[in-house]
Amino acid sequence: MTLTPKTQQKPKVAVYKFSSCDGCQLSLLNLEDELLDLAAAVDISYFLEATRTVKPGPYDVGIVEGSITTPHEAERIKEVRQQCKFLIALGTCATAGGIQALRNFASAGEYAKTVYAHPEYLEYLETSTSIPENVPVDLVIWGCPVNKNMALEAIAALLQNRRPRFPPSPVCLECKRNGTICVVVSQGIPCLGPVVHGGCGALCPASGRGCYGCFGPSSVANFNALVQGMQPRDRYPNETATLLRSFSSAAPAFKTAAELAYKLGANPASAHGGKETL
Amino acid sequence: MMNEKNLTIGSTVALPKAELDHLLADLRSNGYQTVGPRLQDECIVYKEIESLQDLPRGLLSEQKPASYRLIQTGQDRYFDFIPAGQSWKQFLFPPRQHLFSAQKNSSEVHAEGHTAGRNTKWQIKADDAPTPRYALVGVRACELAAIAVQDRVFMRSDFTDPIYRARREGLFILAVNCLHPNATCFCVSMGTGPRHKAGFDLCLTEMDDLFLVEAGSELGLSLLARRTYELPSAFVQTAANRATELAAGKMGRSLDTSDLPGVLTGHLDAERWNQVAKRCLSCANCTQVCPTCFCWEAFDKTDVLGNKTSRERVWDSCFNPNFSYVFGGNTRPNIRSRYRQWLTHKLGAWKGQFDVLGCVGCGRCITWCPVGIDLTEEVAAIRQEVKA
Amino acid sequence: MTTTLIDTASHQAGFENKLLMPAWAEVVKITPEAEGVTTFALRFTDPEVQKRYRWEPGQFNMLYVPGYGEAAISMSSDVSSSNGLVIHTIRQAASVTKATNRLRPGDVVGLRGPFGSSWPLEAIRGMDVVIACGGIGLPPLRGALYAIMREREKYGKVTLLYGARTPKDLMYPDEYETWNKAGIEVQATVDRGDETWTGRVGVVPMLFYHFRVDPHKTAVLTCGPEIMMRFVIYEALARRIPASQIYVSLERNMRCGQGFCGHCQMGPYFICKDGPVFPFNRLGPFFNVEEY
Repeated sequence: MTLTPKTQQKPKVAVYKFSSCDGCQLSLLNLEDELLDLAAAVDISYFLEATRTVKPGPYDVGIVEGSITTPHEAERIKEVRQQCKFLIALGTCATAGGIQALRNFASAGEYAKTVYAHPEYLEYLETSTSIPENVPVDLVIWGCPVNKNMALEAIAALLQNRRPRFPPSPVCLECKRNGTICVVVSQGIPCLGPVVHGGCGALCPASGRGCYGCFGPSSVANFNALVQGMQPRDRYPNETATLLRSFSSAAPAFKTAAELAYKLGANPASAHGGKETL
Repeated sequence: MMNEKNLTIGSTVALPKAELDHLLADLRSNGYQTVGPRLQDECIVYKEIESLQDLPRGLLSEQKPASYRLIQTGQDRYFDFIPAGQSWKQFLFPPRQHLFSAQKNSSEVHAEGHTAGRNTKWQIKADDAPTPRYALVGVRACELAAIAVQDRVFMRSDFTDPIYRARREGLFILAVNCLHPNATCFCVSMGTGPRHKAGFDLCLTEMDDLFLVEAGSELGLSLLARRTYELPSAFVQTAANRATELAAGKMGRSLDTSDLPGVLTGHLDAERWNQVAKRCLSCANCTQVCPTCFCWEAFDKTDVLGNKTSRERVWDSCFNPNFSYVFGGNTRPNIRSRYRQWLTHKLGAWKGQFDVLGCVGCGRCITWCPVGIDLTEEVAAIRQEVKA
Repeated sequence: MTTTLIDTASHQAGFENKLLMPAWAEVVKITPEAEGVTTFALRFTDPEVQKRYRWEPGQFNMLYVPGYGEAAISMSSDVSSSNGLVIHTIRQAASVTKATNRLRPGDVVGLRGPFGSSWPLEAIRGMDVVIACGGIGLPPLRGALYAIMREREKYGKVTLLYGARTPKDLMYPDEYETWNKAGIEVQATVDRGDETWTGRVGVVPMLFYHFRVDPHKTAVLTCGPEIMMRFVIYEALARRIPASQIYVSLERNMRCGQGFCGHCQMGPYFICKDGPVFPFNRLGPFFNVEEY
């Protein structure tokens, strides 16, 4: 799609929130140095986190944070889709269901009982689903929260009529360019970096912990090989499995990989090879 | 004390360990940024060092596929470990490098026949950051061989990378002979180590209470001449020779290089490629830790409206999914073809391109592969398959 | 070495001491060629660069659109005319080439080049020449066509086999008559005809069935989709034309143009530096390996 102003009008942008923690919207607001540029380039027409002023749709670009967890949201996202020419799913809630998708692997009813005194007043869906599972989406931006520069790059790319330059490579490349020493090799810490989409700047390994995959699966990921290699090194039961069962747990690749990791944890003999080192 | 006049290139002297500190200070006062091993995150990294105090002491390393650990020895020795995941290439071929920036300035168009409007012109500004002058402290023989391999890539007769050349020409190399090779080392197979032959300014062999230092260049010689040193005793020299000989016998791995380009490039359809593709993560770690891998990518970084852009170069890898993308398709669309490209390039096509193999036997790709894929094992397997 | 190369970097545009720094060139003229294909005539803004810049048919430039990046584009004009303009025919397909859509006369783009090997116009003198190309494969060969026409008597029979998806996708259709008159037999074919099309329908390699070749004195120059070239090579070899007389221009992911970014490798070759034009006998063992 082209947003290049043929007319002098600035493209209208709307930012929506669904089930989420608001962290991705805050990442947008954190674009302190670039916010003025951005405001000059686009017309922020709907962004309740930032301003109560609302301009009526339709909008050129819709940015959606959060996942679909209630019947009301399931309807509202359809309206949003109709209002927006170009729809962006922002953050891992919107792209994969988020941390709240852990309910997909348990019973939402049980969770509700544990948390609320009167769960009967709640209206919720059994699962947390991503935006693309509900309506067609034009672009997804992973991250929990998103990297603000990636969000900015998406808008810049739209304005300049080009594809956004998102890193095509896994987190490992960012560690290496940063000079961060691999935590898997030097400390035996399980890390999903080799199969996870880069873009975060490899923050976790830089602070001495393994990547838990909040940027979602990289396009070349070999999850099977990762689980086979990482799981036998678990320092406590199901360490690799629980890494996979976190922020991106509902992404299909993570789902199957976690199942494999749990299976290997229950029955280590089914792991292949048995290399001396692993 | 020996007389300065007696020292020539090739001379070896016995230097008290503390004198190395003065040597580093001399390098720094001569405008060099001294970089060397430092302890960080339970590992060895290459970073700026200001004095001997910054060097880790009393450490041995233990390497296996997918594992690197340091062991405390308590000894007053500086260079017993084998280097870790970083290599010196980051100083000659930086992982991120700004190239130039351009700024749009539009002007009205009134020319006849042209649509009236504004024309797009650009003002370009090259990166003008000064080139750092590095003194590398603690370069191993395999690492020096790797620099020589990259010299052939970046400084050819028909084309030279100006960034690499500027950094390379100002380089000071303080080499160290390896005495404690690890399980992933195979420099003997590649003919690159563990003992230095040439190409350094100064070369150390570390003994318990002193360094034996060989001068390899005029500059190295002049720095050495300013220090307090002694003639090494025959006993010390014999001990040092014996130590480097022993090291050569302690290689953890070997690679049969006979018929090397052929055995790989002639068997691009081997079954082993399918097998290794199942284990390979395509995560690019091997290419990033490899001291000879040279692939890079350049891209533009723009402001929101595209009025300013900055062009940068970053390390790339043949394991990246879009590495061989052309419009309408990807030449190497899967892990099998990417791993095959990497290995057949490193140990095969490289020879045709640069008249040297792309592997120096440092073992980094084995140690730092998160799932421990071992190229010596892969080559051996292909040999066996071919023979069968 | 059968291909010829301009000897040194002294004819190049760009800055030798600044990596990837382009020289600016102004858009002088824009000509639409076919759906999604446009020809740009460019002139370097620095007269010094304009004066020293020289190239040979088959070579390419790296064209830089600030903010978008670089794309390898071959020169499609006549070396010795075009008033010194650099002519690029561009299929606007990916980010960089699509960005050229918005260029207008007077705008500037960056150029580095020329890079790579060229068509072996010296080596094939005296021979019959079959030029087989498809789609956007014609522009890189047009310079060779002009060069042959200029010294037409130095070559034997010259045949152009050209194919495109539809008649609308045929490039430079106005020139075919001139080429025919200049002694180049133009045979065009399309995958799908339309109501106006009376010519052949089918793929380029099939055109080999419509004439006879003398294998020992025939050279084939081919450029186009890789699948088309495979079959052109197959038909040429089947007619016993030696592999050393079949010249192929390859497309790979060329980024630096100087053989040290690694992207365009195929076996021992950097396609940007050792190619893009190769005699097939140098290419054979690698060209036929799947996904190599």
